[in-house]
Amino acid sequence: MDHHSILRVVSKLLIPPIIVYALYVQWHGDFGPGGGFQAGVIFAVAFILYGLVFGVEAMTEVLPTSVIRVAMSLGVLIYAGTGFYALLVGHNFLDYESIGHGGHHAQEWGILLVELGVGITVASVMIGIFVAFASRTPKLKDEDW
Amino acid sequence: MIDLIAKNLPALQVVIPLMAAPVCAIFNRSRLAWLIAFVVAIASFAMSVALLGQTLDGGIISYHLGGWAPPIGIEYRVDVLNAFVLLIVSGIAVVTLPYAAKSVAQEIPREKQGFFYTAFLLCLTGLLGVTITGDAFNVFVFLEISSLSTYALVATGAERNRRALTAAYNYLIMGTVGATFFVIGLGLLYMATGTLNMADLAHQITLRGDTRMLHMGFAFVLVGIGLKLAMFPLHLWLPNAYTFAPSAVSVFISATSTKVAVYVLLRFMFGIFGFDYAYQQSTLQYVLLPLALLAMFAASLVAVFQTDLKRMLAYSSIAQVGYMLLGTAFMTQTGVMATVIHLFNHAVTKATLFMVAGAFVYSVGSSKISELKGLGRIMPWTSAAFVVGGLSLIGIPLTVGFVSKWYLVQAALELGWWPVAAAIVLSSLIAIAYVWRIVEMLYLHSPSPDTKAKEAPLSMLVPMWILAAATVYFGTHAALTSAAASRAASTLISTSNIIWQ
Amino acid sequence: MQEVVLDLEFIIGHYNYWLFVILMMTGLYITVSRGNLIKKVVGLNLFQTSVFMLYISMGKIEGGTAPILTGDPNTVYSNPLPHVLILTAIVVGIATTALALALVVRIGEEFGSIEEDELIEIEHELDFAEESAEASPVPGQGDANKGEPGGK
Repeated sequence: MDHHSILRVVSKLLIPPIIVYALYVQWHGDFGPGGGFQAGVIFAVAFILYGLVFGVEAMTEVLPTSVIRVAMSLGVLIYAGTGFYALLVGHNFLDYESIGHGGHHAQEWGILLVELGVGITVASVMIGIFVAFASRTPKLKDEDW
Repeated sequence: MIDLIAKNLPALQVVIPLMAAPVCAIFNRSRLAWLIAFVVAIASFAMSVALLGQTLDGGIISYHLGGWAPPIGIEYRVDVLNAFVLLIVSGIAVVTLPYAAKSVAQEIPREKQGFFYTAFLLCLTGLLGVTITGDAFNVFVFLEISSLSTYALVATGAERNRRALTAAYNYLIMGTVGATFFVIGLGLLYMATGTLNMADLAHQITLRGDTRMLHMGFAFVLVGIGLKLAMFPLHLWLPNAYTFAPSAVSVFISATSTKVAVYVLLRFMFGIFGFDYAYQQSTLQYVLLPLALLAMFAASLVAVFQTDLKRMLAYSSIAQVGYMLLGTAFMTQTGVMATVIHLFNHAVTKATLFMVAGAFVYSVGSSKISELKGLGRIMPWTSAAFVVGGLSLIGIPLTVGFVSKWYLVQAALELGWWPVAAAIVLSSLIAIAYVWRIVEMLYLHSPSPDTKAKEAPLSMLVPMWILAAATVYFGTHAALTSAAASRAASTLISTSNIIWQ
Repeated sequence: MQEVVLDLEFIIGHYNYWLFVILMMTGLYITVSRGNLIKKVVGLNLFQTSVFMLYISMGKIEGGTAPILTGDPNTVYSNPLPHVLILTAIVVGIATTALALALVVRIGEEFGSIEEDELIEIEHELDFAEESAEASPVPGQGDANKGEPGGK
């Protein structure tokens, strides 16, 4: 448990800025470069880094797999739900015009909502893929490699 | 409310299965997931019926996603051809799901069934999306949604036979290579025309004339889709994938995924490049036609020597794809119509036959031909359904198989291609050989005394017989399907009336 | 008679296409020729990446900046559409890779090998075992092709 202390300290320092940066990319995405895909991946990186350094078990304590599974679906539902809301109030599917006060206001809120959905799904899918691979006990022993 | 639904039918057709899939994943309860999937399938079937009803008179529904007008925004464009294919896909989904309940419960562990239906719904979403969209890049995205979920679905067969894994892997590699070729083709088309909307693509191609870039784009799209639809030399992924997939998956993908790929090919060849595109004409005549003929004979011959029922049916599917491509290669209205009608007819026939194979797997535990001895007496209903499906595969009158072959032969004769017409009839004779092998095994042998097989449960027999009845009904009332198919063909041709200098 | 010259400017001017072709062919070759299933996936990735390059270089306009509104009407923007398309294609690529690797992990567990030639051999043996089992039915043979119970 003593080794890799540099890794542990550095990653502990790095993880909070990574998450903050992910949020920046997420919320900045409506009028600058960024958006859900990129933010989701960066967000996932923070957790994957934590999982790599402290072990997958420690990571799934922070973010249980059941939460990951629900989050994956939730993101898609937010995205599709935004589109569905537009449809219910009489516009075409995903027409942002129906949200908020219309015009630019609507477009900003529309894209933020949709990108939020994308971000949640991408982040949880990335973490989910990592957990799925990392939590399998390898059948090969170290000396077989 | 009704008004709202009617206005947004094209979007709902795709969005409802898409939204249902994550709901299934959240709950991950097998019964609930099945129920959701079934309700959604019925809903999308109802919607596709409504869409077909609206477009049957030649109308075109154009739906603008997000309210953005076509060449810029994504457009869902429904005409008779789309609506017809939508009807096939959602109809097969509706009959597959009741059938799947029992067979999935047996073949897939309980904790994975929720995810199984999630993947099933995603596959349905993808197939419906490919069919309905009017945007070329959107086709790629939906094609990959359906393909990725199909790979996963095929791999779930690993519980029964671990070879499903290698089958899924090979399918994945070849499918992805195909999809990537398709994207390269789209990229080249975009470079040549500056648009991705299909209708606008056709328009721009007319304006700008033929270029080498267009040739390249056409070739890449053809090869890419060729891999997806198992065009003869590119079919290697298909037999194993169909053989080792769980029964319900075999039924669904054999009846829908290659059909949708054929639809994409039709749409690209005739909807975008047009009937009179010279480069396409020569490609079809000198490449597609020989390959289609080869597929009809080679794949049928290989099917004769198979020892496994599901694998035999898989090879027969490759041969049937050959018939569809043959109709396309004629480049006449009758030819296209024969292809479209064969899409429907083959979907119904093959789904019946794979349901029979799945029922044998359910009660015998294997689809090996040698283990089907004498089952005609133990499982009379299942075996009788096989006979009906088999007759249709051969093309005996009163079944749908006859209708498609009739139009194919007619199309060949219209062009005066006697040898091709003869080849269609000859290749049907090979079908007699492989169907007879099974029938002989079922009826002319006595069952092994220690067999524990019994008739398949009602939830499997009913869907099977609905489809078997459909093969006969649409075989005797061919006017219904042929009217839709001929409208579809003429719409496709009228939209592709591009004047080439 | 027209003189055939090597149009160097044309060749150099289209360097992005040459890179695309080289990368694409490398990827396709690796996918087809390598026997190791992981290497095949790597080749497939390379193949897909080449397409991303094709699209992205296609959207570049000489002198164009990133397509973010600057407020100046004279600004030339690069075409953002190919980038957006490729974002989607990248996500598809990730999904494909993850699924492929998951399958490879399962194949490795079930068959004990991820080399294609060894897998083909194992599958041939399975076929043979099934056929000989037909000739003389051995009780319990059905369990043999169920695979190891470990894979979940």
